[in-house]
Amino acid sequence: MRREVPVLITSIAGLVFAISYFIPHTPFGRAESIFGDWVSIVQAFAIWLGVLNLLKVSLEKIFRKSEGWPYSYLIIASLFGTLIVGFYSGFSGINATPQYTYSDTGTGFDWVYQNIYTALTSTMFSMLAFFVGSASYRAFRARNIQATLLLISGFLVMGGRVPLLDRISSIFTETPIFSNLANWIMNYPNSAGQRAILIGIALGIMSSSLRVILGIERSHVGGGN
Amino acid sequence: MELLGIWIGAILTLGIFSFLYKDNPVYKVTEAIFIGVSAGYYAIVYFFDSIYKKFWLGAVVAAEKDLMLYGGAVLGLLFLSRLYSKTSWIARWPLAFIVGATAGLYMMTYFVTNGMNQVASTISDVAQKSDLAGSSWAEVLGTYVILVGVVTGLIYFFFSKEHKGAFGAAAKVGIWFLMVTFGASFGYTVMSRMSLLIGRMDFLLGDWLRIIN
Amino acid sequence: MLNTLAIIILSLMGASLIYVLYRTIDGRPVERRIVFAYIGLAVMLPLMMKVTPPLPITTDVQKLYEHIVKLPPGSKVLCAFDFDPPSAPELQPMAVAFVKYAFKHDLKLIIMGLWPQGPQQANMALQEAFRDSLVAVKPHEEGIDWVNLGFQSGNEFVILSMGDGFKRMFPRDTRLIPYDSIPILKNVVNFSNIDFIMNFGAGYPGTREWVQIGVDRYKSDLGAGTTAVQATEVYPYLSSGQLVGLLGGMSGAAEFEKVLAEKGKASTFILAQMFGHATVMAFVIIGNVAFFVLGRKKKNPEGNN
Repeated sequence: MRREVPVLITSIAGLVFAISYFIPHTPFGRAESIFGDWVSIVQAFAIWLGVLNLLKVSLEKIFRKSEGWPYSYLIIASLFGTLIVGFYSGFSGINATPQYTYSDTGTGFDWVYQNIYTALTSTMFSMLAFFVGSASYRAFRARNIQATLLLISGFLVMGGRVPLLDRISSIFTETPIFSNLANWIMNYPNSAGQRAILIGIALGIMSSSLRVILGIERSHVGGGN
Repeated sequence: MELLGIWIGAILTLGIFSFLYKDNPVYKVTEAIFIGVSAGYYAIVYFFDSIYKKFWLGAVVAAEKDLMLYGGAVLGLLFLSRLYSKTSWIARWPLAFIVGATAGLYMMTYFVTNGMNQVASTISDVAQKSDLAGSSWAEVLGTYVILVGVVTGLIYFFFSKEHKGAFGAAAKVGIWFLMVTFGASFGYTVMSRMSLLIGRMDFLLGDWLRIIN
Repeated sequence: MLNTLAIIILSLMGASLIYVLYRTIDGRPVERRIVFAYIGLAVMLPLMMKVTPPLPITTDVQKLYEHIVKLPPGSKVLCAFDFDPPSAPELQPMAVAFVKYAFKHDLKLIIMGLWPQGPQQANMALQEAFRDSLVAVKPHEEGIDWVNLGFQSGNEFVILSMGDGFKRMFPRDTRLIPYDSIPILKNVVNFSNIDFIMNFGAGYPGTREWVQIGVDRYKSDLGAGTTAVQATEVYPYLSSGQLVGLLGGMSGAAEFEKVLAEKGKASTFILAQMFGHATVMAFVIIGNVAFFVLGRKKKNPEGNN
């Protein structure tokens, strides 16, 4: 029963969405709307599961004095700090007249978002610029024809999408040759390759979705085929 | 408060950037704060926008209560059983629901959007743009480039037949198209990563140090 | 003075790359922290130069512009903000330019987000638009000229449900005002009552999901602004006509600002982008030159032909 019930749930949910594509009327359309609402709410609880799990793992780390355990105090402190500010902003807004939202400009939560969250997330991702440069220097080699094609295509796009190569070619001609070439590469050869990938993905997803709905694929319920 | 916020943002930014020199306790501190604040942020947003606004106001407070929303709430609460190992098997039910719903939706949407419409466009473009009367030579050439690229790319992905002879030659052309695609992706990826860094530099030089803007 | 200093340092950096080339060919590649320093300076210094290089308008941006200008005053535009702060340097300038254009041409904006951060980024775009003197000429009231419906979890299931009715997924706006009480949403039931969808997307869920459901299932017109990483993946949708136009990355944002005649951040960032690209390209060239030279040295160790 621990596996059969989830497989049945998977099949019913999958069939509702698949059939309602063709028959959008009651009962399938109505079932699709209800299930769509459920997905939305379940996702919110899934996020809270993640947050509570983070709390559990951090507390375990502190309790067991695992490697890096002092930083877990910081994780918990910043988590609770954000939650307190967020709940205070949210419930204050709900009880105010007129009402305002937790993320409105001027709330504590918005301050945390603008000054702490934005700084941290943006900087974490911006470090990739350094790593992509370093990796290109160390590893990007035109070892064969395919790699050379990749390199040339990358260069033309990098140099053409900003007015870099056009500034150099402007010595000879006013026409933005490299910008036009980069545009052509993106709209035609790139589109061709991406389209082949998209079609391949579509076929793969169709077959794996069918396997999931028919109960052949059961890895998500803890079993094999 | 705004100035304090800018200084805090700058200190956190420099703390993360310190990793570029080498891993250090300052970086670890800012990383821990990042994890905690991110988790707290998502928890608040999902609580107020989904659990409160959609479920609570719709199923509990509203004059015309939508009782079906309780089904979603029950499934969501079952998800939380995963926290305790003895009851974690119950979490398979809401997970199965999500997987099934996604599979059902994807089966049709990917087939139509990524399959049918892309194939139709590849063929119809050749039919519509194959003469120079209505299009420039670059567009006409491009249309045939797309046709050849899509067909040879798909031939390359067909691994059930050995890539030999004419089939192998077509697959080789397909790889060339894919290499051009990956090169374009690399170029755009560099552009994207640089943009992220430019944004942070603009904050440090403009908002914090006030050297620019 | 900053301008001159930046030019001098950038020139010295360019010249020093010859030394990097020499060292790499010699089999002693420079340490990665040196590469980091080059990239950091290449991005930082041009920001001090206040130069906006001329930028040609590509067909993707032109197509989007031509579609937008045809929207008559009073058109209802659904604006989906599907990005977070890391993607803001690319997408926020596009969003600000679009919002300013919408307010100047009396387009009604219905804002929502599939990403939690989207509605907050939208608020920031709105505030920046309201600071524009040409926008501030006429008051733009919340609920009448624009509304922020906020975020809803569910990814593509949100778009699917919106096809049935927007009210189902967004029963209230961010101020908890009920859907039916908001004037701009009067007679807006689903996608058939919307004139255009403008999506600013940074990944999943984003442009692809809007094409799959908003365009292919509910037959809406969709324009997209995406990060550069995403842009390569959505070009097939542009050439098949599923997208009316595309703004790809920061250069797309700069072109959009130019075509709308809006002063924005993307145009000022393009010079830094250029130098960043040039630096990466220089290091790739150095690495490959050294690779070929060192490869030849290994084949002919004593210089014999």
